[in-house]
Amino acid sequence: MSLIAKVYVTPKPAILDPQGKAVATSLATLGYGEVEDVRLGKLIEIRLEGDDRATAEERVEEMCRRLLANEVIEEFSFDLVEESVR
Amino acid sequence: MNWGVVVFPGSNDDRDSLWALGGVLGYGAKPLWHGDDELTGVDAVLLPGGFSYGDYLRCGALARFSPIMQAVSRFAAAGGPVLGICNGFQILCEAGLLPGALVRNRDLRFQCRSVRLRVESTATAFSCGLTSGDLLDIPIKNGEGCYAADESTLAGLESDGRVVFRYEGGAPNGAQNDIAGITSEPGNVVGLMPHPEHAVDPLLGAIDGQGLFRSAQQWIARAAQGQGVPA
Repeated sequence: MSLIAKVYVTPKPAILDPQGKAVATSLATLGYGEVEDVRLGKLIEIRLEGDDRATAEERVEEMCRRLLANEVIEEFSFDLVEESVR
Repeated sequence: MNWGVVVFPGSNDDRDSLWALGGVLGYGAKPLWHGDDELTGVDAVLLPGGFSYGDYLRCGALARFSPIMQAVSRFAAAGGPVLGICNGFQILCEAGLLPGALVRNRDLRFQCRSVRLRVESTATAFSCGLTSGDLLDIPIKNGEGCYAADESTLAGLESDGRVVFRYEGGAPNGAQNDIAGITSEPGNVVGLMPHPEHAVDPLLGAIDGQGLFRSAQQWIARAAQGQGVPA
C-alpha cells in the first residue's frame, strides 16, 4: 500500500500575492461579488512507499521545510491519504 | 584576476557575463559547470541571470542543491567574493547565503528597462570602488524581482547597512524598502536584481555596471595587502 501526501503551499498573508489579486478581480468581473480574497498557491502530490503514517508525517514535514516551501514567503500544510485502488 | 561564472541548466546571462568580464573588462573569466563540486583557480564567483532549472518549484530553489553550490557556499564562507545577479540573487536567497526572498512583481509585469540605482553601502566586495549616494544607470529584466523579508530581517538589514543598492524614485516591482541589492554581513556576498553585466559598453547605452566588477578587484587587492574589509 502507498500513501499520498497532498502538500499545499500558499503565500504568507504578509506577502504580496498579485496572482491571487488578479484572479479575485476576474471572479468579480464574472459576477461573483461574494469573493473577498484569493490566495494562489500550489498543490504537490507525493506518492510514498509504505503505510506508516507517523513516519510519513515526519518525513513530509521535513521535505516541506527543506525544499517544497520557502518559509520566508510561504506556509504549508499537508494531508496524508491512502492511495485508492486503481 | 580570474572570475568563474556558474552555468546552470537554464542560465542565459552566463555568456554575456563572460563577455563583460573577459571581453570588455579584460579579466580572466571561465564558465563553471553546475555539476562540478570544486572551484579551482578563481578569485571571484558570479551566479548569472536566467531561469535555472526552468524556475521549477520556485526561482532558484533547485539550483541551490547542485554540486557547484556546495563549493560556492564553502568559497563564500571562506570570504570569497560571490555576486548573484537576478536569478543568481534568487539562488543566493534560496541557499540561505543572503536573507529574504524574491517574489512575483507587484503588478504581474515582466519589467525590462533601465533603472536608477542609488549606492547605499560601499562596504562590500562589489561596491567598494563606488561612492555612497551615486546614482547608477543599470537595466532590470525580471518577473519575480520583488524583494520580500519579514520585519525583523528588514530592520536588521537597514540598521547593519546591508542594503547595497536601492531603486531611486521607488521600486518598479513592489520591493520592500525599494531594495534592489543586499549583502552578507562580511560584505563578500552580494545579490542584486539589476544587471550590471548589461551595462559595461557604451554600445549598450550605459557603462555604470563596470564599477561593480572593478570593485571586486580592489576588494581582493585590499585583502591581499592585509587591510581586511573596510569597516
